[in-house]
Amino acid sequence: MFMAADLNAYLLVGAVLFVCGVICMATKRNGIGVLMGVELVLNGANVNFVAFSRFTDLGLDGQVFSLFVIVLAAAEAAVALAIALNFYNNHLTIDVDRANKLKG
Amino acid sequence: MSGESFLFTVFALATCVSAIAVVVSQTVVRMAFWLVISLGSTAALFFLAHADFVGAAQLLVYVGGTLVLLVFGVMLTASGPYLKIATSPGETVLAGFLGLLFLFVVFGSVSGVEWRKPVAVVDANVSTGAVGNTLRPLGLSFLGARPDVDINADVKHKKAGYLLPFEIVSVHLLVVLIGASYLARAKRRSQAAG
Repeated sequence: MFMAADLNAYLLVGAVLFVCGVICMATKRNGIGVLMGVELVLNGANVNFVAFSRFTDLGLDGQVFSLFVIVLAAAEAAVALAIALNFYNNHLTIDVDRANKLKG
Repeated sequence: MSGESFLFTVFALATCVSAIAVVVSQTVVRMAFWLVISLGSTAALFFLAHADFVGAAQLLVYVGGTLVLLVFGVMLTASGPYLKIATSPGETVLAGFLGLLFLFVVFGSVSGVEWRKPVAVVDANVSTGAVGNTLRPLGLSFLGARPDVDINADVKHKKAGYLLPFEIVSVHLLVVLIGASYLARAKRRSQAAG
């Protein structure tokens, strides 16, 4: 009745997280929501890394890579939030559809 | 075995359902809440996959740091606590359809692959600690030594470790901190002039 915790189950969880993140990035008009989609995508990649580290002979390399992904996601969130705050200060909204000043 | 699969099912369901709830919910505060649940359940999945240190780092850095940063972003940018920027219903239907299709493609192709079985179980616990105690091998690999694969390997197949990427990531974090504080600083003077 319960799913066996094998490689394919972990890959399914990772695929669901990835697809949710992509859809979140594509459909949300709130800038912070787009950032949350990015976090979901990176998290799905992390699940895959850890699963391969557990169930194949990848060994420790998968865990090291997921640590790097976590650190880079934190850095990305800091910079993206700074950009979002700057955008909000200039436009008084966070709607990404209004960010069209760079249009030629 | 049964207990492990029970826990795995519970946390996998929590992860997937709250990830879907992040996509579905409209207000950004609720999205942040569901993201907390999703990331925390993912940390539990890491613990189940014998990656204790990665799970702890996920809890500390993601749930404790990044999400607090995101919530601060929500508070600083929303004019009301339940700010709604709605997508049109046609786009929602299209996104759901495309998402299901994409999920079938991704998982169909991934599960169709015959993944290489491990030739020998790579024991990541060279310190003869408990299962999942990967702290010492991880630290040694960041210092450039790989005792988990080097013990039985000859000189040609020894691995190099992760000292250089570790240094690069450290400098990268410093640059990111400086850049973020530069980008987010208040610019009252230029606004008053313009």
